[in-house]
Amino acid sequence: MIKKLLCALALLITCNAASAAGGEFPLDRAPNRINELTSLQNGAKLFVNYCLNCHSAASMRYNKLNDIGLTDEQIRTSLLFTGEKVGDLMMGSVGVKDGKRWFGVMPPDLSVMARAKSVNAGPTGSDYIYTYLRTYYRDTSKPTGWDNLAFPASAMPHVLYERQGPRELTTIVTHEHPAPGGKGPATWERVTTTYDSLGYVTSKTEALSNYRGAASTEHKFKSLDTSRTSAYDNDIADLTAFLTWMSEPIQQKRKQIGVWVLLFLGLFFVVAWRLNASFWKHVK
Amino acid sequence: MAGHKTVETTGLLGWIDQRFPLTSTYKAHLSEYYAPKNFNFWYFFGALSLLVLVLQIVTGIFLVMHYKPDAQFAFQSVEYIMREVPGGWFIRYMHSTGASMFFVVVYLHMVRALIYGSYRKPRELVWIFGVGIFLCLMAEAFFGYLLPWGQMSFWGAQVIVNLFSAIPFIGPELSIWIRGDYVVSDATLNRFFAFHVIAIPLVLLGLVVAHVIALHEVGSNNPDGVDIKTKKDKYGRPLDGIPFHPYYTVHDIMGFMGFLIIFMAIVFFAPEMGGYFLEFNNFIPADPLKTPLHIAPVWYFTPFYSMLRATTDDFTWVLAGSAVIAALVMFIRSKGLVKLIVPVVLLGVAVLLRLIDAKFWGVVAMGGAVVLLFFLPWLDYSPVKSIRYRPGWHKTLYGIFFANFVVLGYLGTQAPTDVFNLLSQIGTLIYLGFFFLMPVWSRLGTFKPVPDRVTFHAH
Repeated sequence: MIKKLLCALALLITCNAASAAGGEFPLDRAPNRINELTSLQNGAKLFVNYCLNCHSAASMRYNKLNDIGLTDEQIRTSLLFTGEKVGDLMMGSVGVKDGKRWFGVMPPDLSVMARAKSVNAGPTGSDYIYTYLRTYYRDTSKPTGWDNLAFPASAMPHVLYERQGPRELTTIVTHEHPAPGGKGPATWERVTTTYDSLGYVTSKTEALSNYRGAASTEHKFKSLDTSRTSAYDNDIADLTAFLTWMSEPIQQKRKQIGVWVLLFLGLFFVVAWRLNASFWKHVK
Repeated sequence: MAGHKTVETTGLLGWIDQRFPLTSTYKAHLSEYYAPKNFNFWYFFGALSLLVLVLQIVTGIFLVMHYKPDAQFAFQSVEYIMREVPGGWFIRYMHSTGASMFFVVVYLHMVRALIYGSYRKPRELVWIFGVGIFLCLMAEAFFGYLLPWGQMSFWGAQVIVNLFSAIPFIGPELSIWIRGDYVVSDATLNRFFAFHVIAIPLVLLGLVVAHVIALHEVGSNNPDGVDIKTKKDKYGRPLDGIPFHPYYTVHDIMGFMGFLIIFMAIVFFAPEMGGYFLEFNNFIPADPLKTPLHIAPVWYFTPFYSMLRATTDDFTWVLAGSAVIAALVMFIRSKGLVKLIVPVVLLGVAVLLRLIDAKFWGVVAMGGAVVLLFFLPWLDYSPVKSIRYRPGWHKTLYGIFFANFVVLGYLGTQAPTDVFNLLSQIGTLIYLGFFFLMPVWSRLGTFKPVPDRVTFHAH
């Protein structure tokens, strides 16, 4: 009984990591560009040009972009395309009915998406967005012609594909194959699948004898236009930084204010502590 | 002269005192209310609870100025507060952090009561009002959590209100009555708003006032469990007492500052607290058609949620078995009328445990875990109040109880697995056993002699 309990305790401590690893794609860390105004402005440009057609950011006003260094004039000339005023909310163009008809699901509002996709004691929503926008691959078997590693069977097509350029994906899965009919031992095999830049799939399976390792999955992208792909990664870092900023525009300011608040409270605590001591020294 | 009262004060204050017990109240509850001088760190949390209550009410008032309690506008209105109301983000974060800190402070306040026997005679009523406050606090937090109308808000409310449908016979109708609809909807949001903003705060305020009045009627306990009123000086002032004002007012100001440092550090640097104070899933607007993979209540409910999930069909066998054993023991060891009634009742409970669905008993376990607290003053048979003078192994038992509560809380945040389920069941048994067996274990062991004066070291 004690052994069972000790095993349970050991599992308890280690189980947390196991549940996180189960079936989830490992996310890249989004570069921290929340303090770089040029980065955020580039992200704003990409967001308005590529995302705001289908998605909305209904809690975000255009003139909030003043906070990242854009003037009303700059917003008016470069970011307003369909007759909105600079004080309007960033509404999308796609209505709910159309969205459901065209994609099967309404494209979600992105105002707080970078916060919504975070995981407790895990990667942040920014990491998710940064990875998601960079792990699209062509797949002719899917309705949009695209699939995504971070969000399999996503209803969203790869809107930014021109900026990323053509790529090939190779997936190597090493797993145990159960014996046919359930009789006999399971055999290990390695399945190598390639999705070429036009979305055609080729798959190769090799049996592994004497395999002593664990089950694993590997993904490798090969870019056919590396200059475009590396510029794309930089753009996505900017776009992710913008989405992170947009999910809580006050985040940098609150930390700045916080420093002063804690300094004040620290000073006030010392005053309160010495005041308390001055009264209590009379208590015997 | 008829209607003319003689008072000691003069001027405006005298005028008021002839018509309102201002100075006499000030004396009775502040400047001449004698509290024991040996209060330690554990004694900050009562005043801190009051601070957080005031904070929640004030920030709540400002939030209600901008929040829209309509299913279509609620989520958006919270983001409006965060972005466009000047200082709105600060008020929102104080309210969300305050909600979690309220439970931190209240749980620690209850720990103090447990370890120093502050619930014992003559303070049973203070404790009863306190448990009432705790229940109201849980309800207040539950109703408040629906208001942001996020995914977790919606589905958490859906799960908990559905629990009421487990009550035999009246359950399903009761659930519809609570929700105002067949599922959680706009109707539910509106009434939960009314409960959260008006109904429960009023009850809470009333209970807090009653809690403090009941306390002041008998005087505070202290870490040694010594009654300070037995030794008084020639003016009738307890030798081991000091006036609450100025000694504890200035002491509590220092406590408030320390608390505010922690509180503001969270508000300004980590308001989400890794997803435990502001849950990430709640940044997705409520969608009745999309169930989240993992529905869990906020961290402060998780110990009780664990107990709810632990009560499976198999577990009701364990509980029924325990009831039968208890019936046998009570039959052997009691006399008279108790010998007849209690074992029969316990056997009846054992039978019902197997007849009624385990889902219902899960709700009973979860609710019972809190209701059990009401009976604590009558479960404790220890000859001494404070843990300081109890046998060493009692301290271990308390330690196990508190650690168990934390473990149950952790298990409540995790998705259910076989191992976690077993641990939750063991944890539930430890929790229930601590209280149900207290009449037995609390009198066992060698107790240390209690001093007749408090242990106090000059500052």
